[in-house]
Amino acid sequence: MCSTPVEALSLDAITKRFGELTANDAVSLSLNQGEVVALLGENGAGKTTLMNILFGQYTADSGTVRVFGETIPPGNSRAALDAGVGMVHQHFTLADNLTVQENITLGVRSLLSLRSDRAGARARITALSEKYHLAVSPDARVGALSVGERQRVEILKALYRDVRILILDEPTAVLTPQETDDLFATLRLAIADGLSIIFISHKLHEVMAIADRVVVLRHGKMAGGVRIADTDKQALAAMMMGTEATPPKVAKSTPGAALLELRNVTTPDVGNAPGLRSVSLALRAGQIIGLAGVSGNGQAAMADVVGGLVSPAQGQVLLADAEVNNWTPRAAVQSGIARIPEDRHKTGTIADFDLTENAILERYKSADFSTRGWLNWGKSRAFADAIIDKYDVRCPGADTPIRLLSGGNMQKLILGRVLEANPQVILANQPVRGLDIGAVNYVHSQLLAARDRGAAVLLISEDLDEVMALSDVIHVIADGRLSPAFDRGQMTPAQLGLWMAGQGFEDEVAHAS
Amino acid sequence: MEIIEILFTASFWAAAIRIASPLIFATLGELICERAGVLNLGIEGIMVAGAFAGWMAVYSGTGLWVGVCVAMIVGMGFGLLHSILTVPFGLSQHVVGLGVTLLATSSTYYAYRLALPEVTSPPKIQAFQPYEIPILSDIPLLGPALFSQTPLTYLAFILVAVVAVVLYRTPLGLAVRAAGENPAAVAAQGLSVTAIRMGAVMFGSGLMAVGGAFLTMSAFDSFFFEMVNGRGWICIALVVFGSWRPGKALLGAVLFAAFDALQIRVQQTSLGTQIPYQIFLMMPYILSILALVVMSRRAEVPAALMVPFNKGER
Repeated sequence: MCSTPVEALSLDAITKRFGELTANDAVSLSLNQGEVVALLGENGAGKTTLMNILFGQYTADSGTVRVFGETIPPGNSRAALDAGVGMVHQHFTLADNLTVQENITLGVRSLLSLRSDRAGARARITALSEKYHLAVSPDARVGALSVGERQRVEILKALYRDVRILILDEPTAVLTPQETDDLFATLRLAIADGLSIIFISHKLHEVMAIADRVVVLRHGKMAGGVRIADTDKQALAAMMMGTEATPPKVAKSTPGAALLELRNVTTPDVGNAPGLRSVSLALRAGQIIGLAGVSGNGQAAMADVVGGLVSPAQGQVLLADAEVNNWTPRAAVQSGIARIPEDRHKTGTIADFDLTENAILERYKSADFSTRGWLNWGKSRAFADAIIDKYDVRCPGADTPIRLLSGGNMQKLILGRVLEANPQVILANQPVRGLDIGAVNYVHSQLLAARDRGAAVLLISEDLDEVMALSDVIHVIADGRLSPAFDRGQMTPAQLGLWMAGQGFEDEVAHAS
Repeated sequence: MEIIEILFTASFWAAAIRIASPLIFATLGELICERAGVLNLGIEGIMVAGAFAGWMAVYSGTGLWVGVCVAMIVGMGFGLLHSILTVPFGLSQHVVGLGVTLLATSSTYYAYRLALPEVTSPPKIQAFQPYEIPILSDIPLLGPALFSQTPLTYLAFILVAVVAVVLYRTPLGLAVRAAGENPAAVAAQGLSVTAIRMGAVMFGSGLMAVGGAFLTMSAFDSFFFEMVNGRGWICIALVVFGSWRPGKALLGAVLFAAFDALQIRVQQTSLGTQIPYQIFLMMPYILSILALVVMSRRAEVPAALMVPFNKGER
């Protein structure tokens, strides 16, 4: 075998603070040439921050970065690139209105040079994309590409610059399983050519599949490092969370009265996704109703109707058996319906508002937070502090803009906002999307606790495992139509899958006729 | 019809091209700023400052082309101020732009009074004279209209091509466009968004000032208060009209100028005696608004226009 491995990268005692939040606390990491190191950790553990420091996008408060023995100056992406470090960000850094080739060649040639040598660049891009199986047209507008294709452009961007170390920040979060396999195949080709990779993920099976070594971060500190050969998924999960990961146990529930009921509700289509087609659904106290289905089959319309954003074109909404005429978001909130929105960034929070303001967003008019039209900041602040404390929202304080929080902590604040209002009905739309195992278990246990307290929970999820684990009753939604209710354990995943593909519905129509 | 006859006179088109020239300079300047992601509402004031600076330099004894350079430098100075406030400090581009317009306009008037405390009518200078390009200027209709203009007009047309080539064919132009589309992409490729944006705003502001200088050094031969008269705001609209593309913006500038030249001539026809002249004055603006409404539906706005970028912020 090879003698001594060449050290490609070494991070030494990196510390970075954002205000009062210490994102990285004396973190050290090394990477050998041709090695894949996975950086594992919960949301907010400081993985992305560490990589942004390595790539020169943040300046560390202390610590040094060395690439192939050379110290690179802090906070200078150009120096990092010149030293051979490339990064594929979790949120792609591509300009949509430019072509693939323009995005790749941006900044490669000196800005003072008069020629751009488009033919040469094009030939090189074509050669690279053939060699590494990264099929994408150089002339395509990036805005017209799929997410998977955009990621290929990002990888090409790095390869075009002959990077020797590639950082991949959660590259598989946006990919289908098939695309993930393709990505791994590409990476293996590049590794064989001597590329070293830092792979950030919280999907344990992917880490096991691609990495040689794992470094775990927890709360911004090093929690340990192991060789993949010496560990397994359970051990990694335990290292990541500090405790053994245990999914919550689900006891049987006793459903009560219908708190919210939809009767033959039909809504208009939402963009390309279908609206609801004559859907009837009762949300009962003390029950979790799971809505399973492939994305874009009417889940958005269902969430909009239950949350009050859309009132039905046909059909009725009933609250505790009384028909509601004027169904608005305010009416929904006031009648005890709490929403965990699908997209916490776009509709769940206001990025530049602080935690206090976000905590009272839905109920600022209620007597809890205002009197005679004046906001009561003291009570609001106390409410936010209580949520932060009770739901373990990791943040520097209630006056922090919420955009500074990691996704998991943002979701915990939303969860606190929802649950502290003691809602009758909880609309949980993709409540754990993008969260790590620790946060997922926490959110699930809180939803179960709300159920046991007597709330009705509508759980909308594209993750069938999640729906099957939590729900007392499962409906499948396909093309805006709702399947009959299935009890827990009544259906196998394969049977539900048939419904999700729209197969059972024809039979039902046949029975009806 | 008299209007049709007007459209076929060389003097009408010559006037249109002349009126369009300052608009072309300033529109290109604004276009460059906006392509890099910065809305520069300082344009109106910077044109006033440029008009004064170029004219004053020539009046003090420099050559005409030196005067153009002086105007450019003054414009770049205001561009520097604008870009420091909007790019590294990330302040509101609307507020800063209007502030620069107010500052540039009033400090120009102040400088005018300091330089010429006791004059009642502003002195004249020897302005740029039309230069007839040999052979080309002999083409009927087109010749006198296009090729008997002042050198600054020729420069304006050449600049359109130069800016288009730089924007679309060079690494620098790519970096400028990318800074206006997604500054994070520029930073991720190791370039300085701050430097690119500040450079674009400064150069663009320089062009705006040259557009102003055209008024005092080519169209007229003296400096008057209010002579810019809203041309800067027209240029903001022309950038939108041109969908942030130099060629289309040129077309827009000539179109607007043609309406302007037309309305002056229509006032002198029989129609002009029947209709109040204010109606004709409104015409180019109304037609621009209509054209804008039609054209801007398909306009491709730079995605990061007016979005400040701060490296290292999350």
